[in-house]
Amino acid sequence: MTIDPDLQGRSYPAGDTYSVGREAIRDFARAVKATHPAHYDVDAAAALGYRDLVAPPTFAIIVAQRADAQLINDPDAGIDFTRVVHADQRFIHHRPILAGDQLVAELHVDQVRAMGGGAMITTRAEISTVDGEPTATSTSSLLVRGEDQ
Amino acid sequence: MAVSTPTLEVGQQLGSTTIDITRQDLVRYAGASGDLNPIHWNQAFAEGVGLPGVIAHGMFTMGAAVQLVTDWIGDPAAVVDYQTRFTKPVIVEDTTALPGEPGAVVEVTGVVGALDTERSTARIDLTVTFAGQKVLVKAQAVVKLP
Repeated sequence: MTIDPDLQGRSYPAGDTYSVGREAIRDFARAVKATHPAHYDVDAAAALGYRDLVAPPTFAIIVAQRADAQLINDPDAGIDFTRVVHADQRFIHHRPILAGDQLVAELHVDQVRAMGGGAMITTRAEISTVDGEPTATSTSSLLVRGEDQ
Repeated sequence: MAVSTPTLEVGQQLGSTTIDITRQDLVRYAGASGDLNPIHWNQAFAEGVGLPGVIAHGMFTMGAAVQLVTDWIGDPAAVVDYQTRFTKPVIVEDTTALPGEPGAVVEVTGVVGALDTERSTARIDLTVTFAGQKVLVKAQAVVKLP
């Protein structure tokens, strides 16, 4: 199956709201071996000036990958999930993600380049609160390996 | 380690850290992140798609490596921009029968790569290696200085 080059420029509107919970922050922090008390203890977060627990720097990947799933699971896109390799990743934080945030992500397919028998797809998830406050921009390049790669 | 902004210089070392990784760590990351791709926990599946074995999520390594920066700056939310390329897989051996024994060890070092006095930020360049090879390339974290 080949990747449709017309995917470039496509956007997927914000899907379900992601509710940032304290336990999700604690679990994610443990999972990446992050030890800073601001991930675990509300008082420690408050001491740094935050109203609630602070998400680790890569926590936004949860929201970004949910947005990416809209593309990967889109039958029109022709992407075989088992052949997807994460090639690069960038997060730009417009403000910290904190417990209690209600986040949505709009997904943009910024680039599609043929690579051998496969393709390199660059996606950008614009993450904001449900009230429209920009929170983070996550950019991912996904290499979809061709049949012979 | 505390940051002293006036004395900060390009080339200054942040020190180093090691990340011990077990298969259980990958299962934990899969659950916490929602990335359930079996290449990160199932040996037969990983081999079936041509990998040498179970590999760590690139995002696990990226997420764990930035701890060096967070410790140095003292505030995880000071990391305003963080990027990397994933170039080599981290192969995690099954050490289930050997409690306390890591299945892979990743080494992380950091250096101040650039300073922006106008925006009051520093770019930290991370070197992240496994078995002597770089697994993350152009791993850069921009931090807001206090």
